[in-house]
Amino acid sequence: MACSPGGSDPPQYLPGGSDPPQTPPAHGGLLAPHTPSGEASGLPGAPGSWDLTIRALRCWLVVYRRIWRSSIASSFLGPLFYLGAMGFGLGSLVNAHGTARLGGVPYLEFVAPAILASQSMTTAMSESTFPVFGSVKWNKIYIAAQATPLRPADIYRGHLLFNTLRIAMNSAVFLAIMAAFGAVRSPWIILGLPAATLTGLAFAAPVAAWAVTLEVETSFNYVLRFGMIPLMLFSATFFPLSQLPGWLRPVAYATPLWHGVELCRGLSLGTLTMGAAAIHVGYLVALSVVGIWAGGRTYRRRLYV
Amino acid sequence: MDGIDFDLYRGEAFGFLGPNGAGKSSTMRMISCVSPPTDGELTILDGDPVRDGAAIRGRLGVVPQEDTLDLELTVRENLLVYGRYFGLPKKLIRERTDQLLDFVQLTDRRDDKVDPLSGGMKRRLTIARSLINDPDILILDEPSTGLDPQARHVVWDRLYRLKQRGVTLILTTHYMDEAEQLCDRLVVMDHAQIVAAGTPRELIEAYSSPEVLELRFAPELHEQAAEKIKDLSSERIEATADRIMLYVRDGDEALRRVREHGLEPAASFVRRSTLEDVFLHLTGRRLVE
Repeated sequence: MACSPGGSDPPQYLPGGSDPPQTPPAHGGLLAPHTPSGEASGLPGAPGSWDLTIRALRCWLVVYRRIWRSSIASSFLGPLFYLGAMGFGLGSLVNAHGTARLGGVPYLEFVAPAILASQSMTTAMSESTFPVFGSVKWNKIYIAAQATPLRPADIYRGHLLFNTLRIAMNSAVFLAIMAAFGAVRSPWIILGLPAATLTGLAFAAPVAAWAVTLEVETSFNYVLRFGMIPLMLFSATFFPLSQLPGWLRPVAYATPLWHGVELCRGLSLGTLTMGAAAIHVGYLVALSVVGIWAGGRTYRRRLYV
Repeated sequence: MDGIDFDLYRGEAFGFLGPNGAGKSSTMRMISCVSPPTDGELTILDGDPVRDGAAIRGRLGVVPQEDTLDLELTVRENLLVYGRYFGLPKKLIRERTDQLLDFVQLTDRRDDKVDPLSGGMKRRLTIARSLINDPDILILDEPSTGLDPQARHVVWDRLYRLKQRGVTLILTTHYMDEAEQLCDRLVVMDHAQIVAAGTPRELIEAYSSPEVLELRFAPELHEQAAEKIKDLSSERIEATADRIMLYVRDGDEALRRVREHGLEPAASFVRRSTLEDVFLHLTGRRLVE
């Protein structure tokens, strides 16, 4: 059923069709008579993906501005507690038994870069589970953004970029505290910042891609309890992999955190070989790329229906 | 959607009426370019919503059915974030924020968080936010649902002013008074189809009578009276549990006829036909869940 006489002629009762009824006042402004912009020029071209991603990121920066103080405080306290308890408390016990199995380094130096990698995972998980889910279900940040030029993939990438910045921030703070504790052995640790950030990204990208698909948030608890905690415990974080039974070691090799731990530790102790670095970086990059590809798809499926 | 067809003109206010579940919001989502059209052809601002979605959305303002404000941010920050999505420079956003908050009467709450604002204020803020990009088309999904009468009238007043400025309005509603107040033309939807279309006046002329006579009888006489009136009138009659409605040209004349046949209603009331009569006639009185 057609509800209009045709497509082109405006009906009689309309004031003036496309001509604004009066000239705008000198100062212009939003509440002056509206001049449609589309007609003369046609639709302007859409902005590029990178531009739209940055727009989505800036939203998160405005939100973060409100909570950065408490966020910074906790990113200092976490490393202090961990390095204090593990490095000094447990470390003094371990060192008393001899450190040959740790490669002859004090326990603090062995464990600190591993906790750096593991903290990246924790930050990535906390930033890409509940905040992503909440952006669909609770405060609806995604739903609001969706009505603007941003496309689902831009919304995803902008949020992921913000999460990556958060991971990098926390890693930088951790590295500074590590250095202050004297837990660093090699100048290569300067590359620990990109290494730890990449480790976090390898978690954040696929986890956000999955989190956006959920209808209820209970699955997060399973992932944190049965995914993240075992990874933290069995990825050569607190003890070398040689302490595990032989059949368990290949499992550890397959997990992303192990690659992150080995990468950061190798840089901090100065023991990383080019070949090992290529494998670890390659694994983490591959996981990130797959995650980003999947995120573009799951966000679209979720938001464009 | 089940084959709906309509054209829109610049500067008009176009309404979608329909019961819950009629497909209004789905249509809105397609027009807003946040849902792919299921089939057929949709052209918005001369663009294809699938190919040019981002560019079209840049020229639209959307007031969703449920507010999507960030409750943790202040009134102004909400507009800032949204303006940024459209790629507007900060200075322009600040200028427009001042104008828009003035327009929706929220200037004195500009630095307050959104969370404690009343429903009406949040609605007005959502409208202000949807105007930050100076849109060619403003899309409103049930703009005044859930608001108290004062707040509704403020919203209507602001929308009316926008319409006078030449902004095209597309809105859904199930409030007939809202549709009569704001819409130049409207369509009535039911079961994902358009069942009627036209100006409010055309719809009333086509689907209802100029006047409606409402009669009430004592409960024990109600059914009997309804039967009798059905016999004596050729016009459309509707009997509900407590009322009998006669859709007639002249209500007073019809009342005289009823009395001449010895029926004395306990109460009678003559009124003009409204869109609500059209709506109930077209979509039925059954409850839609």
